Amino acid sequence: MLKYIIKRILVAIPVLIGITIIDFLIMTMVGSPLELLQGPRVSQAAIETKRIALGLNKPVYVQYWIWLTNLLQGNMGYSMKSFQPVSQMIKTYIGPTLLLMSVSLFVSMLIAVPAGIYSAVHKYTPQDYTVVTLSFLGSSVPGFFLALVLIYIFTVRLGWLPSSGMYTLGAQKGALDVVRHMIMPVIVLATSMAGTNIRYIRSAMLEILRKDYLRTARAKGIGRFLVINKHALRNALIPVITVLGMHIPILFGGAIIIEQVFSWPGLGMMTMSAIISRDYPVIMGVCLMSAIVVLVANLLTDVIYALVDPTITY
Amino acid sequence: MNRDKTIISEDNVYRNTVMRRFLKHKLAVASTIFLAIILLCALLAPVLSPYSPDKVVGGFSDPPSVKHLLGTDQVGRDVLSRMLYAVRISLLVGFASTAVSTVVGVVLGLVSGFFGGILDMVIMRFTDMVMSFPYILLVLVSAAIFRPGLLNIILILGFVDWPGIARLVRGNVLSIREMTFIQGDRVAGMPKRYILFSEILPNTVAPILVYATSVIAISMLDEAALSFLGMGIQPPQSSLGNMLNGAQSISILTSKPWLWVPPGLMIILLVVSINFIGDALRDAFDPSGN
Amino acid sequence: MQKERQPLAEIKGLKKYYPVRDGIIPHTVGFIHAVNGVDFELYPGETLGLVGESGCGKSTIGRQLAALETPTEGSIVYEGQPFTERSAAGMRQIRTQIQMVFQDPYTSLNPKKRIFDTLSYPMLYHGVSTRQNINKEVDRLLDMVGLPKNSKGRYPHEFSGGQRQRIGIARALSLNPRLIVCDEPVSALDVSIQAQILNLLRDLQRELKLTYLFIGHGLDAVKYISDRIAVMYLGKIVELADARELFENPVHPYTQALCSAAPIPDPEARDRKRVILQGELPSNKDMPSGCHFHSRCPYAVEECKRSEPALIPVRPGSGHLAACPVLAQGRWPKEDANA
Repeated sequence: MLKYIIKRILVAIPVLIGITIIDFLIMTMVGSPLELLQGPRVSQAAIETKRIALGLNKPVYVQYWIWLTNLLQGNMGYSMKSFQPVSQMIKTYIGPTLLLMSVSLFVSMLIAVPAGIYSAVHKYTPQDYTVVTLSFLGSSVPGFFLALVLIYIFTVRLGWLPSSGMYTLGAQKGALDVVRHMIMPVIVLATSMAGTNIRYIRSAMLEILRKDYLRTARAKGIGRFLVINKHALRNALIPVITVLGMHIPILFGGAIIIEQVFSWPGLGMMTMSAIISRDYPVIMGVCLMSAIVVLVANLLTDVIYALVDPTITY
Repeated sequence: MNRDKTIISEDNVYRNTVMRRFLKHKLAVASTIFLAIILLCALLAPVLSPYSPDKVVGGFSDPPSVKHLLGTDQVGRDVLSRMLYAVRISLLVGFASTAVSTVVGVVLGLVSGFFGGILDMVIMRFTDMVMSFPYILLVLVSAAIFRPGLLNIILILGFVDWPGIARLVRGNVLSIREMTFIQGDRVAGMPKRYILFSEILPNTVAPILVYATSVIAISMLDEAALSFLGMGIQPPQSSLGNMLNGAQSISILTSKPWLWVPPGLMIILLVVSINFIGDALRDAFDPSGN
Repeated sequence: MQKERQPLAEIKGLKKYYPVRDGIIPHTVGFIHAVNGVDFELYPGETLGLVGESGCGKSTIGRQLAALETPTEGSIVYEGQPFTERSAAGMRQIRTQIQMVFQDPYTSLNPKKRIFDTLSYPMLYHGVSTRQNINKEVDRLLDMVGLPKNSKGRYPHEFSGGQRQRIGIARALSLNPRLIVCDEPVSALDVSIQAQILNLLRDLQRELKLTYLFIGHGLDAVKYISDRIAVMYLGKIVELADARELFENPVHPYTQALCSAAPIPDPEARDRKRVILQGELPSNKDMPSGCHFHSRCPYAVEECKRSEPALIPVRPGSGHLAACPVLAQGRWPKEDANA
C-alpha cells in the first residue's frame, strides 16, 4: 500500500517537471515582456539594460533554471500590469474561488447521488428515462447561457438576487449576503456537473446492482432498502470518489467563465482579466498552480481509491 | 450463451442489430432528424436566409416582425439570417476540431498502445501533463496567444482535446493486442501495418465514434463560450456564441430577448441532440448495456 | 517410431524465463521458470502430444516453436537450420510452414472481419494465392474443414464455437504449413464437438501429411490423437513415450498419477490402484531443488532432493524415456517404494 503511494508520487514527479517546462516554454514563446516597454520614448539602450536586468540575454535553459529556483522559493514573478507578486495575487483571489467550487461540487453531488441511484434502481422505467434525459439537458446547456437566463429571471424580472460580486456594496459584510450572491453561480456550476455525474453514478450503480453478492443479499431476505443502502452504497462510494477527482480540473475551467459573468471576485475573474490584458506572468502562474492542484487531486483520488476498495491489491 | 447453436442468417446480423438498437432510442432518432434538418439549413444558408448576414437591412434592434422573423440586431442586421450562418460556423467548428483531435488522439493512442515501451511511457506522461492543465484555461491561453479566428479556434480546440481519445484508443489497443487473432497474425508473419490498421483499428472504431460524438458537443459548447467572451469567432462573422455576446449588456438582456434567446436555445438543441445520438450509439454498439 | 528419418523440428535445451518486476523503481527481482530445459524432436507426419498441468510450460514451448517468442536459452531447429541462424527469407519460410491453432475460438478470429478477409489476406501477402484464384482457394479451404462455401461472407459471431474452430484450422492451413502447433484446440469446446474437431485434425493430417505438436491438459484428447506423448511437470519433460506404451506402462510417478486420475469408462477397471498426489503444485518462481517433483512424489527418497534427473531410456535402446532419480539408479520407482 505504502509502496503503491510512493510509486504514484514518483510517477507524478516527471509529470510535474514536464508541466513546469511546458508552462515556461509557453511563457517565453508568447513574447518577451520587453515588447510592452517598447514605444517611441524608450531608447534602445534602456531596453538593453532592462534585458540584462531581467536575465533575458541568457540561454533559455538558464532562464528556466532561474525561473524554477525562484518558483521553489515561492516567487512566481510579478504582474505586468499591477506589478504585484503573482503569488500574492493568487492568495487574495483563491478564497472566493475555493468557496464557490466546493459549494458547487457539494450541491451537484447532493443532486447527482440520489438521482443516479434512483435512476439505477428504477432502470428502464419512465422515471429513469426522465432523469437521464434531464441529465443530458443539464450537461448540454452552456453555463453562460444558463447564467443569462437566471439573471434575467431572478435579477431583472423578480429582483430577488444580486447578479454580480460577492458582497453588496456599502452593506455590512455578512454570511447571508454572500449566500445570496452565491446562489446563481452555484446553480449554474452545479447543473452542468450534476448532468454528467448523474449518468456516471447511474451506470456505476447499475454495474454494482448486477453483481452476484447483491442477489445473494436479496435472496437472504434482506429488504430492498437495506440492500441498496448497506451493501450497494458502500461500493458506490468508489465511483463518487472518481467523479470528485474528475471534476477538479473541470471546475477550475468552468469557474473562469462563470466568475466572469457574475463578476465573482475569484481566480477565474483575475485570470480572465489577465488573459484580456495579456498579463502572461499571471496567466502562467494560474496555469501552473491549477495544474499542480489537478495533479495532487488525481494523486489523492488514486490513494483514497486504494484505501476504499479492498479488492485492489498492489 | 448458446455456444453451439448455429446462428446463420442471410444478411449481416451485426449491422442490423446496431441499427435496431439505435432506432429503439426515440429521442436519438428525433435528434438525428432534427440535426439533419439543421445541417441542411446550414448548408443552404445562402439560399435560405432572407437577407445577407452582414448587411444593414432594418432599424437598430427592431423586434420580430413579418419582415424580420427574429428581429434585427443593434446595427440593423437580420437576426435570422445571421443565425443561419452562425449555425454553419458552430457546426463546422464542432466537427472540424473533433476531426483534428480524433486524428491526433488516435495516432498517439495507437502508437502508444501498440509499440509500448519507452515510446508509450513518453506519450502517456505527456498526455498526463496536458490533462493536468484545466481544459478551458489552455483553450483561453491559446486563444490569447494566437489571433482568434475560425481556423485558429478549430486548431486550438482540436489540439487541446486529444488526450481523452488517446487514452481510450491506447486502452483498447492494449486489450485487442493480446487477443489470439493478433497472435495468429504474428505467427503468419503479417506485417505490423496490417496488424495495426487492418486488425486493431477497425475494432476500436465503435468506442472512438461514441467518444468523438461527445467531443463534438463539448467543442461546440467551448466555441460558444470562447466567442461569448469575445475570444473566439470575431465579428462581423457570426457564431452562436458571439451572437450572445451582446447580452452581457444589461439593456439587451432586459429588453431585447430576441437578440439572445434564439441563439442560446439553438446551442442547447444542437448539443442536446448530439449528446442523445452519442448515448444511443453507445447502447447500440455495446450489447452488454442491455 | 520414425527414428530413421530426419526430424522436421528439434527443440534443444529450451529454456524460457520471464522476469518478475517489482519494487518502487521497477526492477527484476526474480524469474518465472516457464520452461526449464526441454529437448525433443518432431518427426514428419507424427503427432507429438504435450500434456501437463496448467502453468507447466507446455503452451510456452508451443509459442516458441511458432516463433511468437524467443527462447531465453537453447535453440529451435527447423529442417536442420536453427531459427537464430535464419535470414529474413528463412524466417518467412517459418512463418508459412509453422502455423498455430488456438484454444479460444471466440477470440481467435477478428470479430469485425468477414471470414473471407481473415482467410485471404495472409495468403495474398505471402503469395500463396493470387487475386484471380483467391476465391477458389478460400472455397477449397472451407471445404477442407467442412464448412459451406457461403460461410466466407459471414462474420465470426454468426458461427458456433466448433465452427469457429474449423475456421481457425482453415486459417492455419491457408499458408500450406508442414507443422501445426495445436494449443489446446478442443478444451474450450463441448465434448460432442471435441471429437469432431479431433477427427478433422486427424483426417487433415493424413491428407496433407501434416506434423502436429498437440498441446492439451486433458489426457483423453491427447491420447486420441497423438503418436507419442511427452508429459511435462514444472517446465521439464518427465516422461516421453509412444502413446500406447505411456498409458499401458507409465514409469514416472507423475505420469502414473495423471493416468490414474483420468476417469475410465470401464467399470471392471475401477478398482485399479490409484496414485493420488499430495500437496500443491510448487511455484515456478522458486523451484524445488533436485527432482522438481520430489515434494509431491509418493516414492521420493533422500536422493531425489539432490540430483536433477536427466531424461533417459527406461530400458537400454528403448524410445520410452523418463526422468526420475530412482530410475537413474537402475531401479523402477514403484519397486523402490515396495521394498
